[in-house]
Amino acid sequence: MRISVDQSKCCGSGMCVLTDPDLFDQSEEDGTVVLLQEHPDAAHEATAKEAASLCPASAITIS
Amino acid sequence: MTEVISEELPITRQKPFDPPAEVTEIREKARISRLRFTDGHLGWLVTGHHQVREVLGSPKFSNDPRKHHLLDKRFQGDVPDDPEARKPQPGLFLSQDPPDHTRLRKMLQGQFTVRRMNQLSEWIGTIVDDQLKHVRSLNGKADLVTEFALPVPSLVICALLGVDYDERHRFQEDTATLLRLGSSFEEVRAALERIQGFMRELITRKKANPGDDMISDLLATGEPTDEEASNMAMLLLLAGHETTANMLGLGTFTLLRHPDQLKILKDEPESIDNAVEELMRYLSIVHFGPVRTAVEDVEIDGHLIKAGDTVLLHLPAANRDPDKFAGDPDELDLRRPASGHVAFGHGIHQCLGQQLARIEMRIGFSKLFQEFPDLRLDVAPEEVPLRADMGIYGVHSLPVAWSA
Repeated sequence: MRISVDQSKCCGSGMCVLTDPDLFDQSEEDGTVVLLQEHPDAAHEATAKEAASLCPASAITIS
Repeated sequence: MTEVISEELPITRQKPFDPPAEVTEIREKARISRLRFTDGHLGWLVTGHHQVREVLGSPKFSNDPRKHHLLDKRFQGDVPDDPEARKPQPGLFLSQDPPDHTRLRKMLQGQFTVRRMNQLSEWIGTIVDDQLKHVRSLNGKADLVTEFALPVPSLVICALLGVDYDERHRFQEDTATLLRLGSSFEEVRAALERIQGFMRELITRKKANPGDDMISDLLATGEPTDEEASNMAMLLLLAGHETTANMLGLGTFTLLRHPDQLKILKDEPESIDNAVEELMRYLSIVHFGPVRTAVEDVEIDGHLIKAGDTVLLHLPAANRDPDKFAGDPDELDLRRPASGHVAFGHGIHQCLGQQLARIEMRIGFSKLFQEFPDLRLDVAPEEVPLRADMGIYGVHSLPVAWSA
Protein backbone atom coordinates (compact mmCIF):
# COMPACT_ATOMS: atom_id res chain seq x y z
CA MET A 1 0.00 0.00 0.00
CA ARG A 2 1.17 3.49 -0.86
CA ILE A 3 -0.27 6.75 0.49
CA SER A 4 0.05 9.98 -1.42
CA VAL A 5 -1.19 13.41 -0.38
CA ASP A 6 -1.96 16.56 -2.34
CA GLN A 7 -1.16 19.63 -0.27
CA SER A 8 -2.78 21.92 -2.82
CA LYS A 9 -6.17 20.27 -2.21
CA CYS A 10 -5.82 20.01 1.58
CA CYS A 11 -8.07 22.34 3.63
CA GLY A 12 -6.47 21.59 7.00
CA SER A 13 -9.46 19.90 8.63
CA GLY A 14 -7.15 17.60 10.60
CA MET A 15 -9.34 14.54 9.99
CA CYS A 16 -6.31 12.48 8.89
CA VAL A 17 -4.31 13.33 12.02
CA LEU A 18 -7.34 12.58 14.17
CA THR A 19 -7.70 9.21 12.43
CA ASP A 20 -4.04 8.14 12.53
CA PRO A 21 -1.36 10.45 13.93
CA ASP A 22 1.30 7.84 13.11
CA LEU A 23 0.70 8.35 9.41
CA PHE A 24 -0.25 12.02 9.15
CA ASP A 25 0.71 15.34 10.67
CA GLN A 26 -0.16 18.97 9.91
CA SER A 27 2.18 21.79 9.01
CA GLU A 28 2.58 24.32 11.81
CA GLU A 29 2.43 27.11 9.31
CA ASP A 30 -0.78 26.51 7.37
CA GLY A 31 -2.21 23.30 8.81
CA THR A 32 -1.86 21.34 5.57
CA VAL A 33 -1.19 17.63 5.59
CA VAL A 34 2.30 16.22 6.17
CA LEU A 35 2.69 12.56 5.26
CA LEU A 36 4.75 10.69 7.86
CA GLN A 37 4.72 7.23 6.28
CA GLU A 38 4.34 6.64 2.58
CA HIS A 39 4.21 2.86 2.94
CA PRO A 40 2.29 2.01 6.10
CA ASP A 41 2.60 -1.44 7.63
CA ALA A 42 -0.38 -3.78 7.75
CA ALA A 43 -1.42 -2.48 11.17
CA HIS A 44 -2.10 0.95 9.68
CA GLU A 45 -3.80 -0.08 6.44
CA ALA A 46 -7.33 0.25 7.75
CA THR A 47 -6.76 3.69 9.27
CA ALA A 48 -4.99 4.87 6.11
CA LYS A 49 -8.06 3.94 4.09
CA GLU A 50 -10.35 5.56 6.63
CA ALA A 51 -8.32 8.78 6.57
CA ALA A 52 -8.56 8.86 2.78
CA SER A 53 -12.32 8.38 2.87
CA LEU A 54 -12.88 10.94 5.62
CA CYS A 55 -10.73 13.65 4.05
CA PRO A 56 -13.16 16.47 3.17
CA ALA A 57 -10.97 17.68 0.30
CA SER A 58 -10.08 14.28 -1.23
CA ALA A 59 -6.42 15.13 -0.70
CA ILE A 60 -5.36 11.61 0.28
CA THR A 61 -5.00 8.79 -2.24
CA ILE A 62 -4.30 5.15 -1.48
CA SER A 63 -2.80 2.94 -4.18
CA MET B 1 -37.51 7.08 -11.90
CA THR B 2 -40.45 9.01 -10.35
CA GLU B 3 -39.37 12.42 -9.17
CA VAL B 4 -40.27 13.52 -5.67
CA ILE B 5 -41.07 17.24 -5.62
CA SER B 6 -41.45 19.35 -2.47
CA GLU B 7 -43.11 22.73 -2.97
CA GLU B 8 -41.70 23.86 0.38
CA LEU B 9 -39.00 22.51 2.70
CA PRO B 10 -40.57 20.81 5.73
CA ILE B 11 -38.96 22.42 8.78
CA THR B 12 -41.24 21.44 11.66
CA ARG B 13 -39.67 18.84 13.92
CA GLN B 14 -42.21 16.54 15.54
CA LYS B 15 -39.64 15.17 17.99
CA PRO B 16 -36.98 17.29 19.67
CA PHE B 17 -33.94 15.31 18.48
CA ASP B 18 -35.08 14.18 15.04
CA PRO B 19 -35.26 15.90 11.67
CA PRO B 20 -38.82 16.57 10.41
CA ALA B 21 -40.61 13.27 9.72
CA GLU B 22 -41.50 14.50 6.21
CA VAL B 23 -37.80 14.97 5.39
CA THR B 24 -37.08 11.42 6.55
CA GLU B 25 -39.94 10.18 4.34
CA ILE B 26 -38.53 12.09 1.38
CA ARG B 27 -35.08 10.56 1.99
CA GLU B 28 -36.55 7.07 2.04
CA LYS B 29 -38.23 7.73 -1.31
CA ALA B 30 -35.33 9.55 -2.97
CA ARG B 31 -31.89 10.52 -1.65
CA ILE B 32 -31.98 13.29 -4.25
CA SER B 33 -35.35 14.98 -4.83
CA ARG B 34 -36.64 18.27 -6.19
CA LEU B 35 -37.36 21.35 -4.08
CA ARG B 36 -39.09 24.58 -5.09
CA PHE B 37 -37.23 27.78 -4.21
CA THR B 38 -38.89 31.16 -3.59
CA ASP B 39 -38.55 32.46 -7.16
CA GLY B 40 -40.14 29.33 -8.58
CA HIS B 41 -36.78 27.71 -9.34
CA LEU B 42 -37.04 23.94 -9.20
CA GLY B 43 -33.84 23.06 -7.37
CA TRP B 44 -32.77 20.01 -5.41
CA LEU B 45 -33.05 18.56 -1.92
CA VAL B 46 -30.29 16.11 -1.06
CA THR B 47 -30.94 13.92 1.98
CA GLY B 48 -28.63 10.94 1.39
CA HIS B 49 -25.30 10.78 3.19
CA HIS B 50 -23.23 9.70 0.22
CA GLN B 51 -24.93 12.21 -2.06
CA VAL B 52 -24.47 15.10 0.40
CA ARG B 53 -20.77 14.30 0.58
CA GLU B 54 -20.51 14.16 -3.19
CA VAL B 55 -22.05 17.61 -3.67
CA LEU B 56 -20.12 19.25 -0.82
CA GLY B 57 -16.89 17.68 -2.05
CA SER B 58 -17.34 18.77 -5.66
CA PRO B 59 -15.61 21.86 -7.09
CA LYS B 60 -18.55 22.19 -9.49
CA PHE B 61 -20.67 23.76 -6.75
CA SER B 62 -20.34 27.32 -5.46
CA ASN B 63 -21.09 28.76 -2.05
CA ASP B 64 -21.28 32.36 -3.26
CA PRO B 65 -24.62 33.66 -1.91
CA ARG B 66 -25.12 35.73 -5.06
CA LYS B 67 -25.48 32.49 -7.04
CA HIS B 68 -28.03 30.85 -4.74
CA HIS B 69 -31.77 30.95 -5.34
CA LEU B 70 -33.46 32.02 -2.11
CA LEU B 71 -34.75 29.05 -0.17
CA ASP B 72 -37.78 30.14 1.67
CA LYS B 73 -40.39 32.92 1.75
CA ARG B 74 -41.18 32.13 5.38
CA PHE B 75 -37.92 33.64 6.54
CA GLN B 76 -36.30 35.22 3.51
CA GLY B 77 -39.34 37.12 2.25
CA ASP B 78 -37.69 40.53 2.44
CA VAL B 79 -34.26 39.64 1.05
CA PRO B 80 -33.66 41.89 -1.98
CA ASP B 81 -33.93 40.20 -5.37
CA ASP B 82 -30.72 41.86 -6.51
CA PRO B 83 -28.03 39.23 -5.93
CA GLU B 84 -25.40 41.95 -5.46
CA ALA B 85 -27.12 42.84 -2.16
CA ARG B 86 -25.91 39.43 -0.98
CA LYS B 87 -22.32 39.92 -2.07
CA PRO B 88 -20.04 38.32 0.53
CA GLN B 89 -17.90 40.85 2.34
CA PRO B 90 -14.13 40.60 2.05
CA GLY B 91 -12.81 38.05 4.53
CA LEU B 92 -16.03 36.07 4.97
CA PHE B 93 -14.42 33.02 3.43
CA LEU B 94 -17.28 30.70 4.37
CA SER B 95 -19.30 32.43 1.64
CA GLN B 96 -16.51 32.51 -0.92
CA ASP B 97 -15.17 30.10 -3.51
CA PRO B 98 -11.53 29.36 -4.37
CA PRO B 99 -9.16 31.05 -4.85
CA ASP B 100 -10.30 33.71 -2.33
CA HIS B 101 -11.55 31.08 0.09
CA THR B 102 -8.32 29.11 -0.12
CA ARG B 103 -6.11 32.14 0.43
CA LEU B 104 -8.04 33.31 3.52
CA ARG B 105 -8.65 29.91 5.11
CA LYS B 106 -4.98 29.02 4.77
CA MET B 107 -4.08 32.04 6.91
CA LEU B 108 -5.97 30.42 9.80
CA GLN B 109 -5.52 26.70 9.27
CA GLY B 110 -2.24 26.54 11.15
CA GLN B 111 -3.97 27.90 14.25
CA PHE B 112 -6.53 25.07 14.41
CA THR B 113 -4.43 21.94 13.91
CA VAL B 114 -5.09 18.79 15.91
CA ARG B 115 -1.80 19.27 17.76
CA ARG B 116 -2.47 22.90 18.70
CA MET B 117 -5.97 22.08 19.87
CA ASN B 118 -4.75 19.11 21.93
CA GLN B 119 -2.29 21.44 23.64
CA LEU B 120 -5.28 23.49 24.82
CA SER B 121 -6.91 20.54 26.63
CA GLU B 122 -5.59 21.36 30.08
CA TRP B 123 -6.48 25.04 29.78
CA ILE B 124 -9.98 24.23 28.50
CA GLY B 125 -10.29 21.81 31.43
CA THR B 126 -9.70 24.65 33.90
CA ILE B 127 -12.28 26.85 32.14
CA VAL B 128 -14.81 24.01 32.39
CA ASP B 129 -13.90 23.35 36.05
CA ASP B 130 -14.32 27.02 36.94
CA GLN B 131 -17.68 27.18 35.19
CA LEU B 132 -18.87 24.02 36.95
CA LYS B 133 -17.83 25.53 40.28
CA HIS B 134 -20.02 28.47 39.39
CA VAL B 135 -22.91 26.13 38.55
CA ARG B 136 -22.38 24.34 41.89
CA SER B 137 -22.82 27.67 43.68
CA LEU B 138 -26.34 28.02 42.29
CA ASN B 139 -28.05 25.92 44.97
CA GLY B 140 -29.39 22.94 43.16
CA LYS B 141 -30.96 24.35 40.01
CA ALA B 142 -29.92 26.37 36.99
CA ASP B 143 -30.46 27.03 33.31
CA LEU B 144 -27.62 24.98 31.90
CA VAL B 145 -27.46 27.05 28.70
CA THR B 146 -26.91 30.39 30.45
CA GLU B 147 -24.64 29.04 33.16
CA PHE B 148 -22.56 26.45 31.32
CA ALA B 149 -23.23 25.57 27.66
CA LEU B 150 -22.90 29.13 26.32
CA PRO B 151 -20.20 30.49 28.67
CA VAL B 152 -17.68 27.67 28.13
CA PRO B 153 -17.20 28.01 24.35
CA SER B 154 -17.59 31.80 24.59
CA LEU B 155 -14.80 32.04 27.17
CA VAL B 156 -12.61 29.75 25.07
CA ILE B 157 -13.04 31.55 21.74
CA CYS B 158 -12.79 35.00 23.34
CA ALA B 159 -9.48 34.08 24.98
CA LEU B 160 -8.13 32.48 21.79
CA LEU B 161 -9.04 35.49 19.68
CA GLY B 162 -8.06 38.08 22.26
CA VAL B 163 -11.62 39.41 22.71
CA ASP B 164 -12.55 40.66 26.19
CA TYR B 165 -15.25 38.28 27.48
CA ASP B 166 -16.75 41.13 29.49
CA GLU B 167 -17.65 42.73 26.16
CA ARG B 168 -19.77 39.75 25.10
CA HIS B 169 -22.91 41.91 25.24
CA ARG B 170 -21.51 43.53 22.10
CA PHE B 171 -21.86 40.36 20.04
CA GLN B 172 -24.08 37.77 21.77
CA GLU B 173 -27.47 39.35 21.08
CA ASP B 174 -26.49 40.34 17.57
CA THR B 175 -25.31 36.79 16.93
CA ALA B 176 -28.75 35.56 17.95
CA THR B 177 -30.31 38.03 15.50
CA LEU B 178 -28.12 36.68 12.70
CA LEU B 179 -29.16 33.11 13.47
CA ARG B 180 -32.86 33.78 14.03
CA LEU B 181 -34.79 32.59 10.98
CA GLY B 182 -37.43 35.28 11.47
CA SER B 183 -35.00 38.21 11.50
CA SER B 184 -35.68 40.69 8.74
CA PHE B 185 -33.00 41.52 6.19
CA GLU B 186 -32.65 44.97 7.78
CA GLU B 187 -32.30 43.51 11.30
CA VAL B 188 -29.60 41.17 10.06
CA ARG B 189 -27.78 43.99 8.31
CA ALA B 190 -27.91 46.20 11.41
CA ALA B 191 -26.70 43.38 13.68
CA LEU B 192 -23.89 42.59 11.26
CA GLU B 193 -22.84 46.25 11.16
CA ARG B 194 -22.71 46.46 14.97
CA ILE B 195 -20.56 43.33 15.27
CA GLN B 196 -18.34 44.57 12.47
CA GLY B 197 -17.90 47.89 14.25
CA PHE B 198 -16.83 45.99 17.35
CA MET B 199 -14.40 43.89 15.33
CA ARG B 200 -12.91 46.93 13.56
CA GLU B 201 -12.22 48.48 16.97
CA LEU B 202 -10.61 45.24 18.05
CA ILE B 203 -8.36 45.14 14.96
CA THR B 204 -7.28 48.74 15.60
CA ARG B 205 -6.45 47.87 19.22
CA LYS B 206 -4.55 44.71 18.29
CA LYS B 207 -2.50 46.57 15.72
CA ALA B 208 -1.47 49.11 18.33
CA ASN B 209 -1.01 46.53 21.10
CA PRO B 210 -0.52 43.00 19.80
CA GLY B 211 -1.27 40.25 22.29
CA ASP B 212 -0.70 36.50 22.49
CA ASP B 213 -3.81 35.65 20.51
CA MET B 214 -5.00 34.50 17.09
CA ILE B 215 -6.04 37.93 15.81
CA SER B 216 -2.67 39.42 16.69
CA ASP B 217 -0.97 36.45 15.01
CA LEU B 218 -3.14 36.90 11.93
CA LEU B 219 -2.33 40.61 11.73
CA ALA B 220 1.36 39.90 12.23
CA THR B 221 1.43 37.91 8.98
CA GLY B 222 0.63 41.13 7.13
CA GLU B 223 -1.47 39.06 4.73
CA PRO B 224 -5.10 40.13 5.24
CA THR B 225 -6.37 43.65 4.73
CA ASP B 226 -7.90 45.24 7.83
CA GLU B 227 -11.36 44.67 6.43
CA GLU B 228 -10.60 41.02 5.72
CA ALA B 229 -9.07 40.55 9.16
CA SER B 230 -12.08 42.00 10.96
CA ASN B 231 -14.53 39.85 9.01
CA MET B 232 -12.38 36.75 9.52
CA ALA B 233 -12.26 37.48 13.24
CA MET B 234 -16.03 37.95 13.27
CA LEU B 235 -16.56 34.62 11.54
CA LEU B 236 -14.36 32.85 14.09
CA LEU B 237 -16.09 34.53 16.98
CA LEU B 238 -19.61 33.68 15.79
CA ALA B 239 -18.81 30.17 14.61
CA GLY B 240 -16.76 29.54 17.73
CA HIS B 241 -19.40 29.95 20.37
CA GLU B 242 -22.96 29.38 19.11
CA THR B 243 -22.28 26.01 17.53
CA THR B 244 -20.49 24.29 20.40
CA ALA B 245 -22.85 25.94 22.88
CA ASN B 246 -25.82 24.33 21.17
CA MET B 247 -24.16 20.93 21.00
CA LEU B 248 -23.47 21.14 24.75
CA GLY B 249 -27.03 22.25 25.53
CA LEU B 250 -28.92 19.94 23.19
CA GLY B 251 -26.43 17.11 23.83
CA THR B 252 -27.03 17.31 27.58
CA PHE B 253 -30.81 17.29 27.01
CA THR B 254 -30.37 14.25 24.75
CA LEU B 255 -28.26 12.36 27.29
CA LEU B 256 -30.70 13.12 30.11
CA ARG B 257 -33.48 11.66 27.92
CA HIS B 258 -31.39 8.55 27.14
CA PRO B 259 -30.35 7.32 30.60
CA ASP B 260 -29.05 3.98 29.25
CA GLN B 261 -26.67 5.86 26.98
CA LEU B 262 -25.67 8.31 29.70
CA LYS B 263 -24.81 5.31 31.87
CA ILE B 264 -22.32 4.14 29.22
CA LEU B 265 -20.64 7.53 29.37
CA LYS B 266 -20.52 7.45 33.17
CA ASP B 267 -19.33 3.82 33.42
CA GLU B 268 -16.80 4.05 30.59
CA PRO B 269 -15.22 7.52 30.60
CA GLU B 270 -12.97 6.48 27.71
CA SER B 271 -16.06 6.24 25.51
CA ILE B 272 -16.27 10.04 25.36
CA ASP B 273 -14.47 10.47 22.02
CA ASN B 274 -16.95 8.31 20.13
CA ALA B 275 -19.82 9.59 22.27
CA VAL B 276 -19.14 13.10 20.98
CA GLU B 277 -19.08 11.87 17.37
CA GLU B 278 -22.34 9.99 17.90
CA LEU B 279 -24.01 12.99 19.54
CA MET B 280 -22.92 15.10 16.58
CA ARG B 281 -24.24 12.52 14.12
CA TYR B 282 -27.51 12.19 16.01
CA LEU B 283 -28.11 15.92 16.49
CA SER B 284 -26.24 17.65 13.62
CA ILE B 285 -27.45 21.00 15.10
CA VAL B 286 -27.44 22.62 11.66
CA HIS B 287 -31.22 22.98 11.42
CA PHE B 288 -31.32 22.31 7.65
CA GLY B 289 -28.93 23.16 4.87
CA PRO B 290 -26.39 24.34 3.81
CA VAL B 291 -27.03 25.23 0.17
CA ARG B 292 -24.77 25.20 -2.88
CA THR B 293 -25.31 26.17 -6.51
CA ALA B 294 -23.92 24.27 -9.49
CA VAL B 295 -21.57 26.31 -11.66
CA GLU B 296 -21.60 23.71 -14.43
CA ASP B 297 -23.72 20.70 -15.30
CA VAL B 298 -22.90 17.80 -13.01
CA GLU B 299 -24.32 14.33 -12.59
CA ILE B 300 -24.83 13.23 -8.99
CA ASP B 301 -26.08 9.72 -8.36
CA GLY B 302 -27.80 9.54 -11.73
CA HIS B 303 -29.38 13.00 -11.55
CA LEU B 304 -28.31 15.76 -13.92
CA ILE B 305 -27.93 18.91 -11.86
CA LYS B 306 -27.67 21.82 -14.27
CA ALA B 307 -25.48 24.89 -14.02
CA GLY B 308 -27.38 27.47 -11.95
CA ASP B 309 -29.42 24.90 -10.01
CA THR B 310 -29.44 25.47 -6.25
CA VAL B 311 -29.16 22.43 -4.02
CA LEU B 312 -30.09 22.12 -0.36
CA LEU B 313 -27.92 19.62 1.51
CA HIS B 314 -29.91 18.38 4.48
CA LEU B 315 -27.27 17.44 7.05
CA PRO B 316 -29.66 16.13 9.76
CA ALA B 317 -31.28 13.77 7.23
CA ALA B 318 -27.91 12.63 5.86
CA ASN B 319 -26.66 11.87 9.37
CA ARG B 320 -29.61 9.47 9.80
CA ASP B 321 -29.16 7.73 6.45
CA PRO B 322 -29.38 3.93 6.95
CA ASP B 323 -27.24 3.44 3.82
CA LYS B 324 -24.33 4.85 5.84
CA PHE B 325 -25.12 4.10 9.48
CA ALA B 326 -25.95 0.48 10.26
CA GLY B 327 -28.64 -0.63 12.68
CA ASP B 328 -31.24 2.00 13.44
CA PRO B 329 -29.71 5.42 12.73
CA ASP B 330 -32.66 7.09 14.48
CA GLU B 331 -31.46 5.56 17.76
CA LEU B 332 -28.72 7.22 19.79
CA ASP B 333 -26.03 4.58 20.29
CA LEU B 334 -22.80 5.80 21.86
CA ARG B 335 -21.11 2.53 20.86
CA ARG B 336 -21.91 2.93 17.16
CA PRO B 337 -19.00 3.78 14.86
CA ALA B 338 -20.15 7.35 14.16
CA SER B 339 -17.15 8.63 12.26
CA GLY B 340 -17.95 9.93 8.81
CA HIS B 341 -20.94 11.97 9.97
CA VAL B 342 -21.40 15.27 8.17
CA ALA B 343 -22.28 17.45 11.16
CA PHE B 344 -19.14 19.51 10.46
CA GLY B 345 -19.99 19.53 6.77
CA HIS B 346 -17.75 18.14 4.05
CA GLY B 347 -15.58 19.59 1.32
CA ILE B 348 -13.35 22.64 1.46
CA HIS B 349 -15.71 24.51 3.80
CA GLN B 350 -15.74 21.75 6.43
CA CYS B 351 -15.65 23.35 9.87
CA LEU B 352 -12.29 25.00 10.48
CA GLY B 353 -12.72 24.84 14.26
CA GLN B 354 -13.84 21.23 14.45
CA GLN B 355 -10.83 20.00 16.42
CA LEU B 356 -11.41 22.73 18.99
CA ALA B 357 -15.11 21.90 19.15
CA ARG B 358 -14.35 18.22 19.70
CA ILE B 359 -12.09 18.98 22.65
CA GLU B 360 -14.57 21.42 24.18
CA MET B 361 -17.34 18.83 23.91
CA ARG B 362 -15.25 15.92 25.20
CA ILE B 363 -14.13 17.88 28.24
CA GLY B 364 -17.47 19.64 28.68
CA PHE B 365 -19.70 16.55 28.71
CA SER B 366 -17.19 14.45 30.71
CA LYS B 367 -16.70 16.93 33.49
CA LEU B 368 -20.36 17.95 33.63
CA PHE B 369 -21.52 14.42 34.37
CA GLN B 370 -18.56 13.64 36.67
CA GLU B 371 -19.27 16.72 38.74
CA PHE B 372 -23.08 16.35 38.59
CA PRO B 373 -23.79 12.62 38.28
CA ASP B 374 -27.38 13.13 39.42
CA LEU B 375 -28.11 15.99 37.01
CA ARG B 376 -31.76 15.89 35.96
CA LEU B 377 -34.26 17.94 33.99
CA ASP B 378 -36.12 20.41 36.20
CA VAL B 379 -39.11 20.69 33.84
CA ALA B 380 -41.13 18.22 31.81
CA PRO B 381 -39.18 17.39 28.64
CA GLU B 382 -41.86 18.88 26.40
CA GLU B 383 -41.43 22.20 28.20
CA VAL B 384 -37.79 22.61 27.15
CA PRO B 385 -37.83 25.49 24.62
CA LEU B 386 -36.35 24.26 21.34
CA ARG B 387 -34.52 26.44 18.84
CA ALA B 388 -36.94 25.65 16.03
CA ASP B 389 -36.70 29.33 15.09
CA MET B 390 -32.91 29.42 14.66
CA GLY B 391 -30.51 28.40 11.89
CA ILE B 392 -28.48 26.51 14.47
CA TYR B 393 -30.82 24.13 16.29
CA GLY B 394 -30.62 23.37 20.00
CA VAL B 395 -32.35 24.48 23.17
CA HIS B 396 -32.97 28.10 24.19
CA SER B 397 -32.67 27.07 27.82
CA LEU B 398 -32.28 23.84 29.74
CA PRO B 399 -33.60 23.98 33.31
CA VAL B 400 -31.71 21.34 35.30
CA ALA B 401 -31.47 20.37 38.97
CA TRP B 402 -29.14 18.34 41.16
CA SER B 403 -28.78 17.40 44.83
CA ALA B 404 -27.13 20.42 46.36
